Amino acid sequence: MDDFVNTFLNWDYISQVLPDLLKTGLLNTLILSVSSALIGTVLGMLLAVMGLSTKWWLRWPARVYTDIFRGLPAILTILLIGQGLGTLARDVVGTNPYPMGILALSLIAAAYIGEIFRSGIQSVDKGQMEASRALGMSYTKSMLLVIIPQGVRRVLPALVNQFIALVKDSSLVYVLGLLSGQRELFRIGQDLAANTGNLSPLVAAGVFFLVITVPLTHLVNYIDKKLRTGRKVRADDPDDSDPVEIGPGGRVSTW
Amino acid sequence: MVTTAVRSSSVELRDIHVSFGTLEVLRGVDLKVESGRTTCVIGPSGSGKSTLLRCVNRLQEPDSGDLLLDGESVIRSDPDALRQRVGMVFQHFNLFGHRTVLDNIVLPLRSVKKLSKEEAAAIARARLADVGLADKAPYRPSALSGGQQQRVAIARALAMDPEVMLFDEATSALDPELVKGVLNLMAGLASRGLTLIVVTHEMGFARSVADEVAFMDAGRIVEQGPPAQIFDEPQSPRLQRFLSQVL
Repeated sequence: MDDFVNTFLNWDYISQVLPDLLKTGLLNTLILSVSSALIGTVLGMLLAVMGLSTKWWLRWPARVYTDIFRGLPAILTILLIGQGLGTLARDVVGTNPYPMGILALSLIAAAYIGEIFRSGIQSVDKGQMEASRALGMSYTKSMLLVIIPQGVRRVLPALVNQFIALVKDSSLVYVLGLLSGQRELFRIGQDLAANTGNLSPLVAAGVFFLVITVPLTHLVNYIDKKLRTGRKVRADDPDDSDPVEIGPGGRVSTW
Repeated sequence: MVTTAVRSSSVELRDIHVSFGTLEVLRGVDLKVESGRTTCVIGPSGSGKSTLLRCVNRLQEPDSGDLLLDGESVIRSDPDALRQRVGMVFQHFNLFGHRTVLDNIVLPLRSVKKLSKEEAAAIARARLADVGLADKAPYRPSALSGGQQQRVAIARALAMDPEVMLFDEATSALDPELVKGVLNLMAGLASRGLTLIVVTHEMGFARSVADEVAFMDAGRIVEQGPPAQIFDEPQSPRLQRFLSQVL
């Protein structure tokens, strides 16, 4: 038992790593995951709409993009973009790999989120688009005001799941060799663990991840439940028998 | 019932052809509906009734043929402009599930007719009152019965102030006891002089409300005339057979 506590829960090491986790790690993990979630959501919506277009020159690039970024291991993509593009775009972003890490995470997230949005939009009954077009609304307006709001609502749980994955995957940017002040939770835990040969700092980092992800998991369940039960509110009298007058000269009474 | 004067238009379809792949759904259909008149289109499933109706607001673009509204060809015009003049009611209502009953009517008024929030809401409430559902304004469509939802869909189409209304089996998805309310509403519109084209299986409605009945089979209008002639003295064997099955 002492061995177990010493290996995973050594308070000396934990108290040593806590300030860094709180001040640097948590902040960087949140910056990395929130910014790539935002960029990924915007790009993902774009990919979804392109993927559903009737025009092949919109559909086809979206398809290829999605296949590539979903098909590669995240760590490989992060290295290729973080180091490769980082070198190429040195004049624009300097030698700082941090924005490249965000870009790589965003591009990966976009592929997954795009598929989530696409399935949501596709699940909307096609009668909704027809009714909207029949009222004189353009395709774009129908998409923006009628189809997308309903499609997105349905896939909110899947979307939040993807955000959870993003929080965890943000730790992979450690491969880009970030500066000390840019380290996220995992890297800070890992550095002290390597220095001390003790796993407790990593356990502490893990707890911080759980502090972010567990509430998100419960958010998923909450939304899921709400979506399933929230619509059961019925009018107090769904009775259809209230007489509808026939206009002047109404020619009929019975069918 | 709606009391304001209606501006209605005639509709004419000329030699309409529609194919889905190798399947010829409409094989040269001509149909003329005078302004303010009601035409019911009847016929067996798969005869092309709904496709024909959808050609009138170009939800289905014909492969060939012409479409005239108020005497002018609108087959090449902006379809969104055409659809502002031609309202449509669907079998499955197709109310926007994420919006309240009121917002279902407000949304197209604001986005298409560019009305202010207040103007749109005022029109929406008036049209809801017309169909007897003023008190349902704040509810979600899912909280309403099928008949009520269809009446909201009719109110939504009427709010756009159309010159022609299309009904695509508007009562087919309703429980039998809810059908009458919707049919009464449609009859009211007919008697007010709105041009109606009604695809229906309700033969009683066709007989008593329609000015003209068109019988379709296999992508063509086989027989057309006043209801009395179509129902009491059917000429073609196909219509006779159809009527013997449905009446």
